Amino acid sequence: MNFEFPEELKILKEEAYKFAVREFTPVSQECDREEKYPREVWKKACEYGFIGAWIPEEYGGAGAGFLANTIITEQFSRVDMGIGLIMASCFGAENIYLYGTEEQKKEYLPRIASGEIIFAGAYTEPNAGTDVAGIRTRAVRDGDHFVLNGQKMFITNGSICDYFVVFCITHADAPRHKRFSLLIVDAHSPGITRNKIQGKMGIRASDTAEISFEDVRVPVENIVGKEGNGFYQLMDFFNTTRTMVAGQGVGLAQGALDKAAQYVQEREVFGQPLAHFQGVQFQLAEMATRIELARQLTYKAAWQVDQGRIDPKLSAMAKYYAGETAVWVADKALQLHGGYGYIDEYDVQRFYRDAKILEIYEGTKEAEKLTIAKIVLKEYQKG
Amino acid sequence: MFREEHQIFREAFRRFLDREVTPHMERWEAEGIVPRQVWRTMGEAGFLCPWLPEEYGGSGADFLYSVIIAEELAKAGAVSLMAPLHSDIVAPYLYALGTEEQKMRWLPRCASGEMILAVAMTEPNTGSDLAAIRTRAERDGDFWVINGQKTFISNGILADLVIVACRTGAPDSGAKGLSLICVERDAPGFARGRNLKKMGLHAQDTAELIFDECRVPAENLLGRLHGGFYHLMDHLQQERLMAAVMAQAMAEAMLEMTIHYARGRTAFGRPIAAFQHNAFKIVDMATEVKLGRAFLDRLIGDHLEGKDLVTDVSMAKAWIAEMANRVAYQCVQLHGGYGYMEEYPISRFYRDVRVIPIFAGTTEVMKLIVAKRLGLL
Repeated sequence: MNFEFPEELKILKEEAYKFAVREFTPVSQECDREEKYPREVWKKACEYGFIGAWIPEEYGGAGAGFLANTIITEQFSRVDMGIGLIMASCFGAENIYLYGTEEQKKEYLPRIASGEIIFAGAYTEPNAGTDVAGIRTRAVRDGDHFVLNGQKMFITNGSICDYFVVFCITHADAPRHKRFSLLIVDAHSPGITRNKIQGKMGIRASDTAEISFEDVRVPVENIVGKEGNGFYQLMDFFNTTRTMVAGQGVGLAQGALDKAAQYVQEREVFGQPLAHFQGVQFQLAEMATRIELARQLTYKAAWQVDQGRIDPKLSAMAKYYAGETAVWVADKALQLHGGYGYIDEYDVQRFYRDAKILEIYEGTKEAEKLTIAKIVLKEYQKG
Repeated sequence: MFREEHQIFREAFRRFLDREVTPHMERWEAEGIVPRQVWRTMGEAGFLCPWLPEEYGGSGADFLYSVIIAEELAKAGAVSLMAPLHSDIVAPYLYALGTEEQKMRWLPRCASGEMILAVAMTEPNTGSDLAAIRTRAERDGDFWVINGQKTFISNGILADLVIVACRTGAPDSGAKGLSLICVERDAPGFARGRNLKKMGLHAQDTAELIFDECRVPAENLLGRLHGGFYHLMDHLQQERLMAAVMAQAMAEAMLEMTIHYARGRTAFGRPIAAFQHNAFKIVDMATEVKLGRAFLDRLIGDHLEGKDLVTDVSMAKAWIAEMANRVAYQCVQLHGGYGYMEEYPISRFYRDVRVIPIFAGTTEVMKLIVAKRLGLL
């Protein structure tokens, strides 16, 4: 048993935080107000090896694993979660890492790490989010191609990506969970229309789009893993990437606490700093405690992934609890800022708006509870 | 409490909102302000200061008409159009404390919408702690000369008349050295800072006000010299009650739109409302909303009768504002990804309602008041 980080992770944590403070802060307000994707920051983060840190060295990545990836994400989100979502420029490609062929790995992973291409995972549809098996997008075999038709919703990186990993039905007549496959789709193929969704409550620096596929031809070799096995693969994917989202929650909450703890020592009311009031002190204590809980849960879940033993229950717990903690802590931090907390000039309101998505995307927290409950019940099953 | 004539008024105001406000709200949100003309239109239709006696341009209506306006604005997602601040929070100072000359000069234009009102208490370094106000007013012959800065002033850009809480006593006079002085739009030395960008209430102009050797006639003093703090305290009951009215109406509107959504949206082959977890969550919200309504209606009734309700109103302002935020949170969650998109009104409600536990006295200040009244502090 050892709770101490190895030296390289300590350094990585520090470097990631410094990078975020230096590179995010100057463009933070502009990206939030104008819903602008921070392309230059993304490029630079690739140069530093932060993007796709989990990609093994033989595929051009840092080979640092998912715990390292979580720590970078945490530190980025501590400064600005919207901009920190540049970490998701590999989003979807984890499917390739988990189930792709050697050729696919060689073809795509190095270009993600070097900052040549951006990926997107296209799963959600207008009428199917949590209930992902309710999707309708179809891929029909036609010689050595699939012909893809359907519509995807709320796709992160949707309007800026170069490739999608699309979750679609390939075996319409199979039992419900055996109908699906994952396909790598060139985002510049004919038949794809992408519409950027303007006007999100938060993470406005991150790109979100609605995508429609109309008779898009995809070579059969672009299938990821086994045909018909897409649903199960996707669950593994989520169990892996949820550790990153949990890292966002921990980082955002920590950033909100950073701001609040500083503010209450500077701001005076009734002749003394806010920090002298017990009501304020106890709130800070609760915030710090919950953050630490979320952090330990998150690190452990990510560490499990690195050990090659994905634990779906732990990943779901980490993502659900870290997301909820982020929302809760951001709310307290805003309240401690009083009127200033509601004003655009103070970052804490952005943290508040950004936090909410953590309980919705990557599976709503209700979806995570379904996963946890199912496993817990199984553990206590009789016989 | 509400009679048939109130119901008729409510319906008329709803039609007014459907026609004059709702269709433009998105544009005003983007512009950060509501056009002055809307205030004129509201005034002409009798929706500003309806409680003012007829000789000052009002309709002599009871407080329930003000409640109706605040509720319907909130339900329409138009809290940013802060008419209740003008009509029911600031205008009452002029009416209660003004000399006959002041009232005749200002109130009819308040009712017609020609003159928009604001009150300036908060400063960069003092919000909850009013007795720490530093903006100074010194007497110079027939003038007051004001120096200082105010911030987070609602209606700050549009306001034609601002009631400014100033220190007229010695710097260490605390609560005993404050006075209220009316500063009109064109007073020399009066400048407006930026229209502050906020997390919510985007169409509401919230501004910094700067007074640099600002000169206003001596007769612009409102109420007693050095009596400002006590005048402010006298009016906070109604201000906080109005904040609770807005929060309650927003909670009711959010609950309604969420029930509608949850019955229409399907997942795993059934409406999401039919899952027990969601159903129970909605039941909990509906119960809290109903509790808030029962408490609030009683307070409105007692306030109409002129009772002193400071303890109860402070409790209600704190609890209902927090309750509305709990409801907002669950409602966004029940909307899933759509709840995070501006296209759905719940997203704006979520951002807008967050300020209610902060403005008109934070939840913490409400608790201080209650704690003192219970003999705890």
